[in-house]
Order: sequence, then structure tokens, then C-alpha cells
Amino acid sequence: MALYNSNRGGIIQIIIGSVFLMIIGQLVSLQLVSNKYKLAADNNAIFRKIIYPDRGIIYDRKKKALLENSISYDLVVIPNEAKGVDTAALCAILKIEKEEFNKRMIDVIVKNSRVKVGIFEPFLSPELYAQLTENLYRFPGFSLSERSIRTYPFNTAAHVLGYVAEVDVTFLKKYEEEGYEMGDYAGMTGLEKQYENVLMGQRGVNRFLRDNKGKIQGAFEQGQFDTVAVAGRNLYTSMDVEVQQLAEKLLQHKIGSAVVINPKTGGVIAMASSPGYNPNLLTGNQRRKTIGRLLTDTARPIYNRAIKGQYPPGSTFKPLGALIALDQGLITPSYGYNCYGSFNTCGDPRKCTHANAGHAANLQIALANSCNSYFLQVFRMAIDNPKYHNAKLGYLKWKEYINSFGLGRKLGIDLPSENKANIPDTAQYNKDFGNPKLWNSCYMLTLGIGQDRMTATPLQLANSMAIIANEGYYYTPHFVDSIEDEDEDDKILLSKFRTKQAVTKISSTAYAAIKEGMHDVTVYGTAKGLTVPGHEFCAKTGTAQNPHGENHSIFVCFAPKDNPKVAVAVIVENAGYGATWAGPISTLLMEKYLNDTLTNESRQKSEELANKDLMPSSIKEWYERNRNERMNEVEEYKNDELGDVWNMEMVADYKPVPKKVLPDTIRKDADTSKKNKGPKEPNKNKVSKDSAAIIQKKKKKNPKPKNVSITKSK
Amino acid sequence: MSPLPNQNSFSKGTDLAVIILYFAMVAIGILCIFMVEYNPNSNWSSSLIAGKNSYSKQIYFAIFCSFIGIFILLMDSKVFTALANILYAGGIVLMLATFVLGKNINGSKSWIPIAGGFNLQPAELCKIFTALVLAKFISKPETDFSKLKSHLIAAAMISLPAILSIMQHEMGLALVYSTFIFAMYREGLPPIILIIVFTFSLLVVATLLVEPSLLAIILTAIAGIVILTMIKRFKRNKSKILLILGIWAICFGTVRYAVPYIFNNVFECYQSTRIYSMVGKEYDCSQNKKSNATSGKKRTRKPDDYNVKQSKIAIGSGGFTGRGFLKGTQTRGKYVPEQNTDFIFTSLGEAFGFVGTATFMGLYLFFLFRLIRIAERQRSTFSRVYAYSVVGIFFFHIAVNIGMTIGLFPVVGIPLPLISYGGSSLLTFTVLVFVLLRLDADRQMVLR
Repeated sequence: MALYNSNRGGIIQIIIGSVFLMIIGQLVSLQLVSNKYKLAADNNAIFRKIIYPDRGIIYDRKKKALLENSISYDLVVIPNEAKGVDTAALCAILKIEKEEFNKRMIDVIVKNSRVKVGIFEPFLSPELYAQLTENLYRFPGFSLSERSIRTYPFNTAAHVLGYVAEVDVTFLKKYEEEGYEMGDYAGMTGLEKQYENVLMGQRGVNRFLRDNKGKIQGAFEQGQFDTVAVAGRNLYTSMDVEVQQLAEKLLQHKIGSAVVINPKTGGVIAMASSPGYNPNLLTGNQRRKTIGRLLTDTARPIYNRAIKGQYPPGSTFKPLGALIALDQGLITPSYGYNCYGSFNTCGDPRKCTHANAGHAANLQIALANSCNSYFLQVFRMAIDNPKYHNAKLGYLKWKEYINSFGLGRKLGIDLPSENKANIPDTAQYNKDFGNPKLWNSCYMLTLGIGQDRMTATPLQLANSMAIIANEGYYYTPHFVDSIEDEDEDDKILLSKFRTKQAVTKISSTAYAAIKEGMHDVTVYGTAKGLTVPGHEFCAKTGTAQNPHGENHSIFVCFAPKDNPKVAVAVIVENAGYGATWAGPISTLLMEKYLNDTLTNESRQKSEELANKDLMPSSIKEWYERNRNERMNEVEEYKNDELGDVWNMEMVADYKPVPKKVLPDTIRKDADTSKKNKGPKEPNKNKVSKDSAAIIQKKKKKNPKPKNVSITKSK
Repeated sequence: MSPLPNQNSFSKGTDLAVIILYFAMVAIGILCIFMVEYNPNSNWSSSLIAGKNSYSKQIYFAIFCSFIGIFILLMDSKVFTALANILYAGGIVLMLATFVLGKNINGSKSWIPIAGGFNLQPAELCKIFTALVLAKFISKPETDFSKLKSHLIAAAMISLPAILSIMQHEMGLALVYSTFIFAMYREGLPPIILIIVFTFSLLVVATLLVEPSLLAIILTAIAGIVILTMIKRFKRNKSKILLILGIWAICFGTVRYAVPYIFNNVFECYQSTRIYSMVGKEYDCSQNKKSNATSGKKRTRKPDDYNVKQSKIAIGSGGFTGRGFLKGTQTRGKYVPEQNTDFIFTSLGEAFGFVGTATFMGLYLFFLFRLIRIAERQRSTFSRVYAYSVVGIFFFHIAVNIGMTIGLFPVVGIPLPLISYGGSSLLTFTVLVFVLLRLDADRQMVLR
């Protein structure tokens, strides 16, 4: 017996013990130190299936659905299972080449890996769907997947409703915390974007256990971690689909915009921007074809002029200017001005359309006749108000009033990317004219008749009418009156639309005087030919000079005169007199809303107006020139999938350089399009800079400003 | 050392602790296999009776093995000494027979089909026979185990089945035979052998991890430093310089030639790849002689680190307390290949976490120490050598199997003793344990 070796048993024990210690050490590091294995196991085995709820529906005030959901089918594929596919047959059905088939397959693998479902061909047409269902057995790994898409039964209100589209990388980055994933759809513009959280509902997640081959084994933990999809909630808007359709119809073949507001609630009844587009063209497989064309169109059909177009308000500003002077006690309603056809106080005479004596004998008459001299005088009085010592302080006070009327600031409508337009700052004038002590009311005289650098959006103009109609208050313009199953958050969201916004404490006598004057406009004044059957109404015409060509035809109004129920602003770009084009459009809209129908005579008038082509000639030429080129471009876009890269916001931010001959809201490339096809990098130059340059040029010539030439006004 | 209380003549002198541990292990094993095979969609109790699932089969194996165990306990312990040589010879013959009769299972032709759909792996049984024959040889009175000649004879006995295993492409089984070094060491094998084995493994690892030229420089530097520091002693005894230079040359040769030779000529391509992937390197199979010989038929395999990666994920995802019985997603999703045999440990680690694995390791450690204690209380050398052989075999299986599931050892296909699914393996370990228990019951006897 080898007893002398008995200590070796101990050594063997030590060896065994130390190996076991090593194993325990590794177990500690695997099981206790890092949790990456837990995550890896979950990634392996837990398959999250996202259940998309139906998006909420948007209704008009009569509960008609402005948009609906319908089912579309995608052809999807799991690359790993796509073995033994009859490629030739599939290519024949889809009308693609073999190379295209391979390219798409690779795309799917790159995007979604081999084992996950990827979209091979989205939005199948009904014929394709039928063909594929019959032949699907020949294409293992391929299947048809449902998806919900928007349809627009009335083909209307594209700008307001906005559209939904697949989220892209930039979107995902921007809304990182909202939990979107590649392949999700989200509202990109309009109400779809503004109320995304309401409309989207809550996505459900079902967790499944899958095995090493990717096969689903059953629910994970009996589904106790699953969340249920909650359908998106509906929006009930103040829109009236018939008024909206009428507005769009009346504006066709024209460039311009119309806004109809209910002054009692601030609810927007209709908002049209022309040229527009059929919203159905931006859903499903139409989208790819359409988006490129819409983006390159020089008339910018995607641009919502109602909230983004900046127009000089022209004479439609006059009631507001008068209100300021009345409130400051500078004039009374009986104040008169002797106008003999021009305003001569500030050097160069400013023309007025009327020269007969007494056409500005008092405020009411001056408004009815839209006397330029009268309101230039009123403006001078406000700026040079002795109460404020100098023109700068006087101007600041005046600007404060203007801003309180909702001009030069965002109103806060429930649409994304509203423009605040422009009420110039004193800083801008200091820059132009040097020391504030050196300038006075004469320098920016035409502000008093809504020209100079003053601009406003159609929405702001309509809202200013609501203020006059309500005699001093308004509700923030909005579309959504209520949300289905409103909760506390929704109430907070909508509360700002339900709060009365007081303007200033201008006396009701002042408002009454303005209303009388605006009523006289329709009786014997500049809009005397226009009627709203069964209602007396108040209005103001505007014929705004602009650096882009023909005057803009502008019309603002509200009705009925007593207890107003509707306020309207209409702008037709480069069309001429306010009463000729914008006027009848406005009255027809009011008639439609107030009477719910049009008289035969009105209907005939509406047809005439709708068919009247007022497109600026430059646009027409552009269309002519680009007809053929554009056909090619559409193809290019389709192939490049540029439609997905470009989004509407980029278009919205596009700032064109105005050309003398082009309307405001038209692209620069209209006349240079021969060379520049396709969307170019948006030009950063702003409109105002251009006009500032004009002013500065003038200043160099004359130490005394003789700025913007003759102002026609009616 | 007092024997445990004995209840009756049958279990007289039998070590109850080992028996309890044995059955506990087998029970845990069945539980683990059940976790792997469990399918919530099918009724497990009916399939248990039908005997179609691995766990129900394992239960039948366990019952069968219990009878074998009882049978062994009823045997005369002299049988083992008497039959050791014959059994060993028979085992070798069976192994040779596999080259003719062998059935290809999982790429290794080491199974002999026997009646009833069962297959026998002679290499498994040869472990027992080798343990017996080694014990028999060392315990012979004429054997002086302090002599080199005896060492060589013992080494030859061990090497024969090991070489046959390599020829059957069963690298794992072949490596098991190296564990007889424990028993030999206990009986007088010079410690230098252990040191050489250890140094050699160290060099192999170093070859894998370090750039060959850098390693050569390091080795030369070590030799240089040793010679410089001991320069005075060498003046008196110049042969020591030669010794050190000789060691240096052997080390250098190992690194430069022996290790690459082993990887390219001894190991299969996939084995070399696995070992290289352990240290995060890629092995170039075009250098491998064996793969060149059979390069015609390429077997499609998942990436080599797939098994280990999934196995580590499974064990790691268990965390401290585990995901719960039957709740492991890795196990349910069948992410770990070979999970009811070689990677059975993963189901335990995933379901019961660190608490489970540490307890389990504690159980195994207790079991091994208990066997060593039994070994040390034997009067007869035969029993002691046999006991240490059993300890070595168990230890090697446990360390290598668990080591490979947690990424400490390259993947070699050897089962976890008493836990892994498989009748052959369970039978082998049962026989190993119960023969030891039988010998231990007769520990007062001196067996030759």
C-alpha cells in the first residue's frame, strides 16, 4: 500500500476544487454580472407583433366623414422562406424584370433581415390582388398583408386634412421617444399631423415565443405582457364639406385662398387654397406617382396659402386702422377729410380713386368709398399722436393694436406651420432710415392702407373680420370642435379654442361705426353690386398692389350684419379689383353657409366664376413648356422614390425669390424652368429683403422717402 | 473512519451518501431533459407512459440502471479483479469491431447497433474496463509503480482505447483517458509529469493566443534570464545549462512544430476551428490534412461558435434566480443545439439561475470529494486506484462539459455524468459508481 503518497489525495482535491472555482467564477460573470445575455435571449425568442389600430376618422360639422379608412393589400415576403419561387411567373404578374426582382429581394433583406416580413410590392391594385391570390401557392414565402389606408370620399380639403405616410429616418430621429418604428405610418401634414396622438390610437403589442427557426411557438407567458390596440379616436370639426367644396370649386383655375370662419366659435367652416390637389392622389400607390408632380409644380399646389400665403391686405386693412384712431380718441365717427383725389401732405401725392367732394365726409362714407387719403391721414394721426412724443413710440403703440387684432403673429390654429406674416418692426425702419428720430409717419405712410411691408394671411384677415363682427373678441380659429371620448389631456388641448380672446377695450360705439361703414360698402360703396340673398352683410374690398404683377383681388366680409354668423376672407392673386373676383366668391360662400343652398341665380354665377380662368400667364406658359418634361420627371421620381425623401415641410419652407412678373406664392423656376427641372435647393432669400432693397434704392435717390408708387384702392 | 450505519446485510458497508447523491443526480437529469422536451401543446403524462420522449426513455434507462446497480452490489467483489483483464481485452475487441459493424451517429462511427433500436458505444464501456485493468496492474504485487517501466506499461494500457477513440473521431472520449493520470499520480507517478502536462497545456494556449515570433522571443528571453541569474551555479555544473537549453528547445519545438502539427494533423478541421474560435481567432481549414482528405463532402453546419453563444445566452439569461421552471425561452425555443445531451447544463442554468447552478456544482463537488474520501479509506490498492479512476473520469466529464457550455473549454462532445440524456452514458457512470460501492463495501478485504 502506497501510504506514503496519501497526501496526494489532498492535492487532487485542491486541483478539483480550483477547477470548480473557475467554473463558479465564470458562472458569476455570466449570470450575475452582465444582463446582456438576458436581452440576447429575449431578442432571440420573443417576437413582438405590433397590432395597428384603425386611425380616427375626421368628421365635418354635419357628421359627414371627410376621410375614411379602407383596406389595401401589400405583397410581402420572408426572404428565408422564399425558396422555389416561380420567379418568372411573379415577374410577369408584377410586370417587372428579373433584375428588379433580385434588387427588391436584396432591399427587403437589407431593411428587415432574412427572417422577417418585408414589403415586396406595396398597395396592390385590385387586379393585381386578384391575380396574386390565385397564384400565391407558386410563390412560397410570399403572402398578402392587409393595411389600412386613408380614402377621401369628398375629394376635398387636402390641405387641411394633410396626409399620412411611412415614417422615414428623419422622422424617427425627431420623435424618438414616441416609439415609432420603421414601417409605421404617421400624419405628416395638416390635421393628421396636428392630432397624430389622438388619431393614431394606441398600438398593441403581442409577444410570441418563437423557436430557433423563427416559427411561432405560442403566446409569451400566456400573453400577460401583451397590450391591446386601442383604436384612434375621431375628430369632430367645424368644417362644412359643402361650403368647402364650393370654395375649392370657385377658386379653381385661379391662384388664391378662401377662409370661412364662424365668429361665434372660431370654428373654421372652410379653408381652401388654390391650386390644390385631390387628397386621394396621395394615398396608396397613387402617392409615388403624384408626389413628384406636386412638388415640382410651379404653382405649388401643396402649399396651404390660407395659413402660409403672405399678402398685403390693402384696403381691407382700413377698418382696423380706423378702429385704432377711434380708440385713441384721435377721430370720431363724424371726422371727415377733404380729399380731392390725392393725398399730398407727404411730398409726392398719393392717388385716390375718388375726387368728388364729400366722398370722405365722415368715417362711414370714407369706408364705403375706401378713400385712401382719409385712411392715410388717420394713420399719420396715430403714428404722430402727440401723446407718445415721437413717431417711434407712436408706431409701437399702433403695432400693439395691430398685433392684438391677430396680425403679424401666429393665431395658433390647429394646423402645423402657420405663418405669422409680417407687421414691420421699428427695428426694420431704423435700419432703413437710420436714427429713429429721423423718421416719421410719412416714411411708411402706405401702411395705413395695408401696403408697404404689411402682410397678412387669409386666415388672419378672416379672423380680423370675426373680431369686428364680435365687436372686440374672437376665438382662436380652429377646426376641431371636439374629440371622441375626450379625456383631460384633450380638454387641455382644446381649451385654448374654447376661451374667448379679448382684443382691446375698444368701445362698442367705435365698432358700431365701423360696422355701419362696412355695411355701406355693400349698399352704395365699392361692393354695391354684391348681395347675399336674405341677409344684410358687411364687407370691405381690397385691391392690393404687389411687386409680382397684377393687383391681388381681396375681399373680407361677415354676415348677417346684426348677430354675425360667418366671417370670410378671400384672395385671388393677380386678378384685379377686389369686388370683381374675391367679392362674389365671398358672398357665394356666405350664402351657401347661411342659407345652406344657393339660389338659381347664384348657382349660375358660381358656375361662371368657377370656369373663369385667372391663372397668371407666366404659370400657363410654365405648364405649357413643362408638359412634356414633367411626364419624364414623374417617371424619375417614381424610380428614385424621391417622394419618400421629400416631405411637405421642405416645400412649406420654400421661400421663393419674387420676380416682378410672378405672383407671390409662385415659384421662381416658373420662368427658368427650361434649365432647372426638378426641385432645386430652396432659395433662402426672403420676400421682404427684396422689397427692402427697393426702398433703399429709393432712399439713395431722395433723402425724403417717396416709396411705393401710386396706390390704387377702391 | 466509521462506516455509515447499515440496515441490512444487502447494504452492509455500502456508502449511503453516494447512493443518495447518485439518485438525486439522475432525478435532476430527468428533470432537465423534461424541461428541454416539454411542449405545452402536448400532454406530457400520456407521452411519459408511451415512452416516446427522451425524458420518458431516460426514466426507463434509470430504472434499468438501478437494477444493474443492485446486481453489481450483489456481486462478489473478487469478480472485478478476476475479470479485469478479460473485460479490457473484450472492450478493445468491441472497439475494433466498430470499424466493421459501426453505425454512424452524429458523424462518429463508434456505435454498434444492438437489438431494440438501442446502440452501444464500446468506447464508453472501455472507460470502466480501463479503470479496472489499471487498478489490477498497479495492485499486482510484482508491480513497482515508482519505476518508469511500470509507468510506460500503464500509459500503454490507457493509450490503446484512447487512440482507437481518436480513430473513431471521438476526440472527447479519447481525452477522457487522460484523467487516469490522477490515479497514477496518486500511486506514485512523479509530480514532474503533472508539471509537464500542465506546462504543455500552457504552451498550447500561449501558441493560440500570442504571435508565434513574439512567443519565441519571450521563451528565449525567459531562458536567457534564467541562465544569467544562475550563471554562478552553472560554472560548477555545466550540464545544467544544457538542461535549460534543452527545456528551451523542447518548448520552442512545441510552440513552433508540435502544436501546429496537432492542429493540422491530429485534430479534425472542426475541432481546430472550435479551439481557435474560443480565443477569438479563425482557423484556416486548408492547412488541415484531414479536411483535405475528405474535402469532397462538405457538411453544412451552423457557425462554430453558434452552440457556445446560444449556450452562454441561455445560462446568462438565467440571472440570479433563473427564469423559472419551464419558462426558459432559450430552452423552449430550442436555440441550444444538442440540449438534452451535451448542453443539458444550459436548461438548468436558464431555469434556475445562479442559485441553481451553484447548488448543482456544490452537489457535484460534494460527490467528488466523497469519492476521494472513499478512495482514501481503501485498504486494497486495487480499490483505491479504481476509485481515483472513477474520480478522474467524473471530474473530467463535469469540468469539460460545463466548461464548454460556459465558454471555458472548446466544444467536445462528452456528456454530463448522470444528467445528460443517453442510456450508454448513464449505464457507464452507473457501473462505475456501483462497482466502486461494491468494492468499498468490502474495503476491509485486500483484493488483488
